[in-house]
Amino acid sequence: MNSPSDSLAPTLDTQPEGEQLQNEERIAAAPGEIAPPSPRGDLAWSAKEALIAGVVALGMFTPMIGLLTDQNINNEVILVTRWPLLAAVVIACAAGRFAIAYFIRPYLAAKRAAPSRPVARPAWRATVSRWFPVVGTILLVFFPAIVLYTSGIAGSIKWVDNFGVQILIYVMLGWGLNVVVGLAGLLDLGYVAFYAVGAYAYALLATHLGLSFWLLLPLAGLLAACWGVALGFPVLRLRGDYLAIVTLAFGEIVHLVLLNWKEVTGGGAGILSIPKIGLPAIHIESYVSLFGMTLPKFAFFNIKFDASPEGFAHLFGLPVSSAYYKIFLYYLILILAFITAFATARMRKLPVGRAWESMREDEIACRSLGINTVTTKLTAFAIGAMFGGFAGSFFAARQGSVFPDSFTFIESVFIVAIVVLGGMGSMIGVAVAATVMIGGVELLRELTFLKQIFGPDFNPTQYRMLIFGFAMVVIMLWRPRGFVQTRTPTVFLFKRKAISADMVQEGHG
Amino acid sequence: MSTPSTLLAVKGVTTFYGKIQALRGVDLQVAEGEIVALIGSNGAGKSTLMMTICGNPRARDGSITYDGKEITRLATHEIARMRVAQSPEGRRIFARMTVLENLQMGASLDNLAHFAADSERVFALFPRLKERIHQRGGTLSGGEQQMLSIGRALMARPRLLLLDEPSLGLAPLIVRQIFDAIRTLNREEKLTVFIVEQNAYHALRLAHRGYVMVNGRITMGGTGRELLEKPEVRAAYLEGGRH
Repeated sequence: MNSPSDSLAPTLDTQPEGEQLQNEERIAAAPGEIAPPSPRGDLAWSAKEALIAGVVALGMFTPMIGLLTDQNINNEVILVTRWPLLAAVVIACAAGRFAIAYFIRPYLAAKRAAPSRPVARPAWRATVSRWFPVVGTILLVFFPAIVLYTSGIAGSIKWVDNFGVQILIYVMLGWGLNVVVGLAGLLDLGYVAFYAVGAYAYALLATHLGLSFWLLLPLAGLLAACWGVALGFPVLRLRGDYLAIVTLAFGEIVHLVLLNWKEVTGGGAGILSIPKIGLPAIHIESYVSLFGMTLPKFAFFNIKFDASPEGFAHLFGLPVSSAYYKIFLYYLILILAFITAFATARMRKLPVGRAWESMREDEIACRSLGINTVTTKLTAFAIGAMFGGFAGSFFAARQGSVFPDSFTFIESVFIVAIVVLGGMGSMIGVAVAATVMIGGVELLRELTFLKQIFGPDFNPTQYRMLIFGFAMVVIMLWRPRGFVQTRTPTVFLFKRKAISADMVQEGHG
Repeated sequence: MSTPSTLLAVKGVTTFYGKIQALRGVDLQVAEGEIVALIGSNGAGKSTLMMTICGNPRARDGSITYDGKEITRLATHEIARMRVAQSPEGRRIFARMTVLENLQMGASLDNLAHFAADSERVFALFPRLKERIHQRGGTLSGGEQQMLSIGRALMARPRLLLLDEPSLGLAPLIVRQIFDAIRTLNREEKLTVFIVEQNAYHALRLAHRGYVMVNGRITMGGTGRELLEKPEVRAAYLEGGRH
């Protein structure tokens, strides 16, 4: 009889189970009750459920956890047993099942049975959703300054690069894919292909032709957009699952080509020593005389982030550190991401954006309204791919090297997961999801204290997929339509007014 | 093409879904300024004819001419751009978009040049829509969705309005409202309407002329009143209570 919170019936401990339940019900029903006791399930039934769960777990985990094949010193296969670990897992399963049956289920049932009043959306939520983008933007802009202040120049590198830049790359990829998946409703599981096209376009053209990043950035976007159209043509007639499979295959094809076309891509060895990005600058080269006026002749050049006398640090009289380059990269990707966001937000209100969204809703209706769904689909693929290409060329420049293994299917899955978790079509949601998912992975590396609990071999990043899977299930149960479930309308006849949540929520006709 | 006033002419059209023949040589005409109703039972091919006129699926044989131009082989969106607006079967409104956005989609052809005036016209016809202007399409009732579907079609300033089962699943009062609206449009704006209906009584009373379709063929034609009085029509489509 272990119910710690059961202070209302302390004397009932020795009574049989059924009577206690009845007593509890009586207490719950008693008038003048201040705090109703938390409901409990049937103890016998819960114990039985826990036992069943334990037996199932034992059966399932004995081969998976209890037994381990290994090699001994003579290269023979031996069987290692891990009974304590198995026992721990089985007990955890049984205890978890008991907790669900005895505590959580009755609690949820009681909550459901309680008369529910329609609750008005609290005012703070409206305030949060209104100010979140503004505060988020300000925070992003000052993030490097905050980090510099708190962890110093050397300490800032990790936070700016591993967190800031890494997250922003995925925010940008998420926003780019959002055009295809969120707005146009075309499930693209091969988005990483365009990321790869952008990265290799920059890597190849910069290493072979020595062209500047600022020239190659738009070129990489353009190339990726062409590939977007190339993918778009064969899949024009496909929708839903079939489209997803073909795009998945497309992503794999690009990956395999990068891996096997050794003459061009270098195969698995990748492309190394890709030039860094320089800070664009203008200086007055000379003066020319034109119609009696002396006009300055400008020259464009890049300030390099290196230790050379012309480098950034020397030019500004700062100590040499790689932190400046990281901060520069941070602002560059921030600007690129904002360009993506701004362009997408604008396009939603243009005819092409309206066509995307209506195509997501109903393709047949779209066509009957005179919208050419062929060009609409192709523009969605092209624009989405273009942003992927921008992000890719930035990625290549930032890494300094590209390998085919950076562009595997799992990357596509990550980006799609970011868009779906964020809420299809929602910019803020996608940004939040990218921060949570990518920032979460990076944070796992920081959890060094876990080594003290689980031993020095414990590496929390190995469990990232497990944690992700779990987190995604929980998020999808809690918010089935992603973090941001509402869609902002693009047109208002009168002045823009707040629309109550129940009106914009998904309904049934 | 009989008279110069014929707006839509369908001649010997056959349509297949794979191997299944849905239309077996359909002939009909819709003159300018006319309301023409097509009635028939489930599976007769009414909606298929409607969709074939819009080019999805394409007719395998025969020809469809609109305003003297052959449109049989044109893509759906090209046909729509010739000011043939459709309120398709099942309404097909954009569920996650607001009422106003739905109407905006209807006006895409003109790049919203007449948006304000045309939306006011739709709201005058269906005041209920104005009350729900910023509500999501999917949250509307069935009748409101039907109004929105027709309103969206009207935003394209059509010469020919194709309506597929506008009364489907609606309360009699709403059906009357919608049919009154169609009658008003026809009378005041000389809008040509081709309407496919199972609700034969209402459709034939509304229409100037009607056709009866059975098994992918037109079996009867005539004015609405004539058809209403024919014993075969009465037996097949009207007995069992007026709607």
